[in-house]
Amino acid sequence: MLNINPKPKQQAEHDKKINGADILVKALRDQGVDTIFGYPGGAVLPIYDAIFKQNDIRHILVRQEGGAVHAAEGYARSTGKVGVVLVTSGPGATNAVTGLADALLDSIPVVCFTGQVPTHLIGNDAFQECDTTGITRPCTKHNYLVKDANKLARVIHEAFHVARSGRPGPVVIDIPKDVQLSPGDYLSPAQVTHPTYQPKTMPDMDAIERAVDLIADAERPIFYTGGGIINSGPRASEALRKFAKLTGYPVTSTLMGLGAFPASDPQWVGMLGMHGTYEANLTMHGCDVMINLGARFDDRVTGKLSEFAPHSKKIHVDIDASSINKTVVVDIPIVGDVGTAIEMMIKVWEKKKHSANKTALAKWWAQINEWRARKCLAYKKSDKIIKPQYALERLRDLTKGTETFITTEVGQHQMWAAQFMPFDEPNHWMTSGGLGTMGYGLPAAIGAQLAHPGKLVIDIAGEASILMNIQEMSTAVQYRLPVKIFILNNQWMGMVRQWQELIHGGRYSESYTAALPDFVKLAEAFGGVGLRARTPDELDGVIKQMMAVNDRPCIVDVCVDEKENCYPMIPSGRAHNEMILSSDQDISSKTPDEGLVLV
Amino acid sequence: MTDPTIINQQRHVFSVIVDDEPGVLARVVGLFSGRGYNIDSLTVASVDKVKAISRITIVSCATPQILEQIEAQLNRLVPVRKVVDLTSAGPMLERETALLKVNSMGEKRIEALRIADVFHAKTIDATLESFIFEFSGTNEEINNFVELITPLGLIEVVRSGVLGIARGSKAIF
Repeated sequence: MLNINPKPKQQAEHDKKINGADILVKALRDQGVDTIFGYPGGAVLPIYDAIFKQNDIRHILVRQEGGAVHAAEGYARSTGKVGVVLVTSGPGATNAVTGLADALLDSIPVVCFTGQVPTHLIGNDAFQECDTTGITRPCTKHNYLVKDANKLARVIHEAFHVARSGRPGPVVIDIPKDVQLSPGDYLSPAQVTHPTYQPKTMPDMDAIERAVDLIADAERPIFYTGGGIINSGPRASEALRKFAKLTGYPVTSTLMGLGAFPASDPQWVGMLGMHGTYEANLTMHGCDVMINLGARFDDRVTGKLSEFAPHSKKIHVDIDASSINKTVVVDIPIVGDVGTAIEMMIKVWEKKKHSANKTALAKWWAQINEWRARKCLAYKKSDKIIKPQYALERLRDLTKGTETFITTEVGQHQMWAAQFMPFDEPNHWMTSGGLGTMGYGLPAAIGAQLAHPGKLVIDIAGEASILMNIQEMSTAVQYRLPVKIFILNNQWMGMVRQWQELIHGGRYSESYTAALPDFVKLAEAFGGVGLRARTPDELDGVIKQMMAVNDRPCIVDVCVDEKENCYPMIPSGRAHNEMILSSDQDISSKTPDEGLVLV
Repeated sequence: MTDPTIINQQRHVFSVIVDDEPGVLARVVGLFSGRGYNIDSLTVASVDKVKAISRITIVSCATPQILEQIEAQLNRLVPVRKVVDLTSAGPMLERETALLKVNSMGEKRIEALRIADVFHAKTIDATLESFIFEFSGTNEEINNFVELITPLGLIEVVRSGVLGIARGSKAIF
């Protein structure tokens, strides 16, 4: 066939170029993204136009940009995939900052696109301009300002690599509006490898062997596991379960790691730390070998550092070298992927035909069971007033056998949820651990529900926290998401009140919310279902009604005991073996002066 | 009570090889201020246009545990290609350059010239009432020179900050 009108070469090349907004959408598609959370605005209109013209990527319209990031976090944590956010310049970006800081502290992979004023206006104090890369630099793992559409595809693929590799975290890509409209070359993910950022994931075999020898010699061992196991993927949880079975050693976990090891397993001693179980904290305090798998010796966990597990040898596996020796100096540091490390440990254990020291271990378990017998989570029951712990026990029992994803806000209810809900699988528990962001739970539940349609998703909330992102009810209604918002309503900022009661002489400064909304009407006003339980008798019926709602969000206002405090508790600045178990013990004498300055 | 961590502080020189891209210095400086580490001196310049890399030299005083953290935290930054704690790595050389403006007349002017001569400082500008000396040496040598020349009419000092390089035939990057 004759080609009578060949295009000039230059023209043909120009045709291969697509504009920045289309590059973005194409790159997301090639990264396997199916859902993004966002809010439009002037500086991202070209991207929204590109989204309008396609059907592969679903855009979820949130009601405030902070909600978009938490929703992306919920999506990421419940799937193991990267969460994606799209917001506009200026206030769009600044509203996203809390979510980004949250994702950084909890090591959650998120890629957040922000619009920016056109390149020639940057630095001119233009409308809705802010220095997004400057503002987000300390609260992201990395960020980019892309000034050339030809570089956009490379940056996006790099950003996904950075977000999910090594210790995961949030990455911001700031795109000026003119770049969104300029033609540029597209590169596929296969054409892009990051030239320098290749974190070490393979642990050092020599260190693994020394660690296994130490583990085998232990008389009072404990597995101290963290969010690293969840981030490493389901294989890591499986390896942990196998290694725990091989050794027969007790397992505890941080708040972030719940679900990696089944709470129903007899080797599980519960969460550790400030509101951890008596048995977990005393097992940590008394251990001779601590096997830290993907946890970071957070201050909520260690308590007083100088008396933290004072007679122990410590093994620490972490993918982030900066976590090693940051607060606690360890004997055997292992930098690498925790799942790979545990699998290597299992191989070495089997190869060397190790077995646990049965006599010592039996003695250790006898001691642990003695601590367990204290039943540290017991509380004074009531048939008149709903105890928050009772509400969660009923929620636990009535959801038993149903695959359930739990998110929380931040405060007493969060700690009770961690103590009372049974987590048997990874990726089913989403809570703001590091940053402690009130308002996290509802948007995170929306993200989790979108990733798992038809599954039961519950935000265990407090009445103060829920008001911080209540606008996302509107999002849940729009997408007919049957998220359940289970509010333990005590009318106080419970954890603030608890500290004021225990440490500040009962001077309840600004911790009471004097004008709460009627949550039932509030739910109805948004187009959801509102339910209320006032007495223990009403609770079961209300929970069942809640579970039956399947096409819209449901708020359950559980009116709980105002006075209840969250125990056990290690007072600030105290050691694991100084925890108090109930309000019968005076905490003010237990809090040292150094502890008063701690949060 | 003396803070025991101050007694335990050591001065270390770090070489940081980074991608030559916008914002990289802000990342490094932000890391130090955000985590409360000291910066005694900081220099930065592009050193290889083809590879697009810059080299930052940072001097910091801290406890051994914090010095280890500084190295690890710098390594977390995506555009950081390599971090070397030169002080720990082996024998090293340090140099800093200072430019000093001295205003004086008569005896003091002659004495200033003599001191500059003893220190092998270069005179790079002169008027009837002033000199500008250029002096290179270790941080401590410059301090000594500045101390001696101060009473002789020193009115302005500018210092480059410390540069560091490992001795011997091997390159760090």
